[in-house]
Amino acid sequence: MFLFNRHATLERHSLLLTVGILVVVAIGGLVEIAPLFYLENTIEKVQGMRPYTPLELKGRNVYIREGCYVCHSQMVRPLRDEVERYGHYSLAAESMYDHPFQWGSKRTGPDLARVGGKFSDSWQVDHLMDPRSVVPDSIMPPYAFLAKKTLKFDGIEDDLRTQRLIGVPYTDDMIASAKADLVAQASPNADYDAEDALVARYEAAAGRKGTLRISDYDLNPAEITEMDALIAYLQMTGTLVDFSTYEAGDLNNRR
Amino acid sequence: MTDQKPDVDAHSGVETTGHSWDGIQELNTPLPRWWLFIFFATIVWAVIYMVLMPAIPALPGTGMTNTLGTRGHSDRALVAQEISALNTERAAGAAALVSASLKEIETDLSLQQFALAMGESAFGDNCATCHGAGGRGAKGYPMLADDVWLWDGTLDGIETTLRHGIRHSEDPDTRQSAMPAFGRDGLLQDKEIDDLVQYVLGLSGGSNDAAAISRAAPIFAQQCAICHGAGGAGNREIGAPNLTDQEWLYGGDARDISLTIHNARNSHMPAWQGRLDDATIKALAVYVHSLGGGEK
Repeated sequence: MFLFNRHATLERHSLLLTVGILVVVAIGGLVEIAPLFYLENTIEKVQGMRPYTPLELKGRNVYIREGCYVCHSQMVRPLRDEVERYGHYSLAAESMYDHPFQWGSKRTGPDLARVGGKFSDSWQVDHLMDPRSVVPDSIMPPYAFLAKKTLKFDGIEDDLRTQRLIGVPYTDDMIASAKADLVAQASPNADYDAEDALVARYEAAAGRKGTLRISDYDLNPAEITEMDALIAYLQMTGTLVDFSTYEAGDLNNRR
Repeated sequence: MTDQKPDVDAHSGVETTGHSWDGIQELNTPLPRWWLFIFFATIVWAVIYMVLMPAIPALPGTGMTNTLGTRGHSDRALVAQEISALNTERAAGAAALVSASLKEIETDLSLQQFALAMGESAFGDNCATCHGAGGRGAKGYPMLADDVWLWDGTLDGIETTLRHGIRHSEDPDTRQSAMPAFGRDGLLQDKEIDDLVQYVLGLSGGSNDAAAISRAAPIFAQQCAICHGAGGAGNREIGAPNLTDQEWLYGGDARDISLTIHNARNSHMPAWQGRLDDATIKALAVYVHSLGGGEK
């Protein structure tokens, strides 16, 4: 064939070879990159997703720092057995504010995509302190030190700003009051105005009520610890989307 | 060197590529036939697959996220089908559970068998995490297999607890009560708490410190009796535990009781209505009732 016979020509002209390489690599690149520009239409249109609150975001950072994702996935696959055990299969919309996402393909522990609200805060505390005290055959390491580590949130506004840079719709208002919001979510019955402001801000973003819980997650009202943040995050996972607004039959939601 | 017949290497009898660099030539050993066959077969298969199955991202505005493929395959539709098939299979049993009263379920043998099997599997995934396999409980998580109940131990009572939870703030019908944190909130002095610990221990015969007990008696009458009763026998209406028995949810030694009085416990059980369907909740109520301590 024409091209095969011209191989020597190609190999002996460096500029021609460079252009040739560029063309071939560009094809591979386009095939991989082009679909990313259509990412928007793979995200289901559902009600309830909101940016994570500052406390949840901090908890998510703890989750990632401690490598929870090494053993726990956060994706209920569309398989009968998984839906039976964990609940509705995960939607793309549910991880649209995850940077990076926590899907995972390997589970040593159970999937955590819908663990939010399934157990009480005190169970989460006991389990993180000493997993075997509540699940005798668990092989999870204890994370008791989280209860002793005071949460550092001096840079929380920058955290939110960075998330906004990569597409999470935090408003100026959310960023400005990040510190107050973080404290309010972990301190029930302390400052009702701050609580109301926090709830109003994030429920407006969610477009529905009941997506935000205020609690002393680690059961230690004396201070806000990393345990507070992590449990706040865990108790939120999988609870945001209102599944009555998800149309499984819609062509857009077909996978 | 273009358009010429490839040279053949005299030594091996294999064609060369025709490239010659400083007199060195490269053999053009052909790829194995079987490998080439598989390689082209996968390319052909990829084209067939793209036609049959969802494959290519669709452009925005086409109303779909990707090409659908001629087979109309969809993982999500498939799982919906499987779940509805499962529900059909369970429908008869589940409908019977929903329409029958808990009492009827427990007395009708076939209904009871069905409920127990269903309850056991639901318990394993949802409840055993806290209450232990078979409801054996753990420190802080009540044992369900004995006849000691904090709240209501009847069939209906258990169902209510399952549906609405305990101190589950999102549910207005949840079981609600709160013990004050006597030490942490400064309602009692440390010394008073120490005396009170002896008093509480004494209620079940665990203390002989008569001096402390007599010092604590008025404190108990003033602070504790309103919920736990004058004699300390507890009040199921508000989940106040009986202090005169040997059952201790949070441990029964002096240190544990001191911590309980100092910080209060007020544990929380999530409401399961909404998370589990009606049939499962009723099956669970019957299952928990059957574990050993169910009350009439």
